Amino acid sequence: MTLEMRNISAGYGRHVVLRDITIPDIAAGDFVGVIGPNASGKSTMFKTLAGLLRPKGGSIHLDDTDLADLRRRDRARAVAYMPQAYGCNAILTVFESVLLALKQTTGWRVQDDNLDRVSETLAALRLSHLSERGISDLSGGQAQMVAVAQTMVRSPRVVLLDEPTSALDLHHQLSILGSVRDEMRRRGTIVMAALHDLNLAAQFCDRLVLINSGEILADGTPAEVLALPEIGKTYGVVTSLETTRRGSLFVDATLEARA
Amino acid sequence: MTDITAHGLRVRYGAHTRRRYLMLLVVTLCLLVSFIVDVATGPGGYSIATVTQVLADPYSHGARLKVIVWDYRLPVALTAVIVGGLLATAGAQMQTILNNPLAEPFTLGVSSAASFGASLAIVLGFSVIPAVGGLIVTLNAFVFALATCGFILLATRLKGVGSETMILFGIAIFFTFNALLALMQYMASEDQISRIVFWMMGSLGRASWEKIGLGALLLAVALPFGLMRTWAMTALRMGEATAESMGVDVARLRVEMLISISLMAATAVAFVGTVGFIGLVGPHIARLLVGEDQRFFLPLSTLIGALVLSLTSIISKSITPGVIYPIGIITALIGVPVFISIILSTRREKLS
Repeated sequence: MTLEMRNISAGYGRHVVLRDITIPDIAAGDFVGVIGPNASGKSTMFKTLAGLLRPKGGSIHLDDTDLADLRRRDRARAVAYMPQAYGCNAILTVFESVLLALKQTTGWRVQDDNLDRVSETLAALRLSHLSERGISDLSGGQAQMVAVAQTMVRSPRVVLLDEPTSALDLHHQLSILGSVRDEMRRRGTIVMAALHDLNLAAQFCDRLVLINSGEILADGTPAEVLALPEIGKTYGVVTSLETTRRGSLFVDATLEARA
Repeated sequence: MTDITAHGLRVRYGAHTRRRYLMLLVVTLCLLVSFIVDVATGPGGYSIATVTQVLADPYSHGARLKVIVWDYRLPVALTAVIVGGLLATAGAQMQTILNNPLAEPFTLGVSSAASFGASLAIVLGFSVIPAVGGLIVTLNAFVFALATCGFILLATRLKGVGSETMILFGIAIFFTFNALLALMQYMASEDQISRIVFWMMGSLGRASWEKIGLGALLLAVALPFGLMRTWAMTALRMGEATAESMGVDVARLRVEMLISISLMAATAVAFVGTVGFIGLVGPHIARLLVGEDQRFFLPLSTLIGALVLSLTSIISKSITPGVIYPIGIITALIGVPVFISIILSTRREKLS
């Protein structure tokens, strides 16, 4: 299975956000980090991939299927998109909220198999103990984990996570990205995640895409992309890529060059 | 933090679901009891046993009782159940669609629009739909209520209209029509004023078998229509962006539901006049009992709305023997404490 974006342009009204974006050859099980400053077009790219925003040009292919040919429901089944986290005041348990995500693309009646999938997803993300808690009573981090569960439960072929770690503490950042990567690799699902933390991106992603002002500036392995001078320019900082004693990459960033 | 097996989760959810079905069953039984008590209550002091027998076999206790039970009390009791169900169903769906627990036909000004429509017919004899004869008051009320629902639908599509703004819109509509209503009353004769005032108080006494049939039909269509969309409606409670990302066509869902809501709200108000807060109380209690999985929330709201209005009907006959108080007065007295408790509890959650 491969996902490919070809010459995508998109925007809102006359305002163009994405300019001729091409991301070739994303393979099954790949974990692709999308990095770039605020308002660089990451969310717009995800919305276009998810089919919530119709591109002004270009096409997106999953194997031989042009995603534009799929109906809304089929597309939501193939591509699961997790929007940036918003609060919600619904009186639903965690189990119910994950079940409802699954039921959007399956029949009306709740089948045993549906309940199994919800239970397994909650277990895989270590959320079982929260199953009967109300979603409006969760902490920001827990709510974000539940949102991830809502996308995973549908067994989609592509998962799009818009800043999945923004409300999480360090422990949960590592644990959620770890669980998602392992589970999705096992299932052969493509994951694309917008990440702000370059070091997290370096640690978990197989591939990084740097985007700014709606254009792709770099696309490659974390070691390649993070070493580029464009990284520093894009964020308006000075960076250097180092390797820690454990052998992992570390991006050292300061606002100005040290004397 | 004990780890629960996947099987354990399923078992727990199963127990949850059974409790919810049980809740539906219990409320249905309560409604049945309340309905029979409602029919049995009133001047004459017939026992529940006697009334039940007459319900089963109209002429078992003679023609007089047949007329009392079948021609007077039964239509009123049925109207209470159906109108209560319509108002609460409309309220539950309005609240979901507008993401606001305070939304219902009364708070959004639909009732006052209907009152103005009715007064227009009573004072000026002006009919929105020409040549309708005796139905002029009911039809005018219906058209004005429907138009107001339509206006609210359009207003929600304006940019930057949040759920708090919606309630402010409702207040604006409420005051506008109250002012117009006052104008009508100023122009009206004494006899007309008393008719307007009585219409506005809301009464089950306007019951008729035709209205009951129409209302029941509407409920029988609108409820399954809503139930078919329960998963999408529940998803909407997670927020619009999340629902869309799950594949829900939110814009279309809104329009579909608002058409159904408008018909239900307008019909209920046109039939009985201003009966406030049922659309608020029903969903509120249902939410406390089963949460917001719409598969249970929606039918339970309907049942509780019906139950509350049925109980109110009993109360309206029991306060002073021989006097039936207008039901709108009593629902308002019951509804206001609930209204205030919702405001106090939602203030904490900071609705926007």
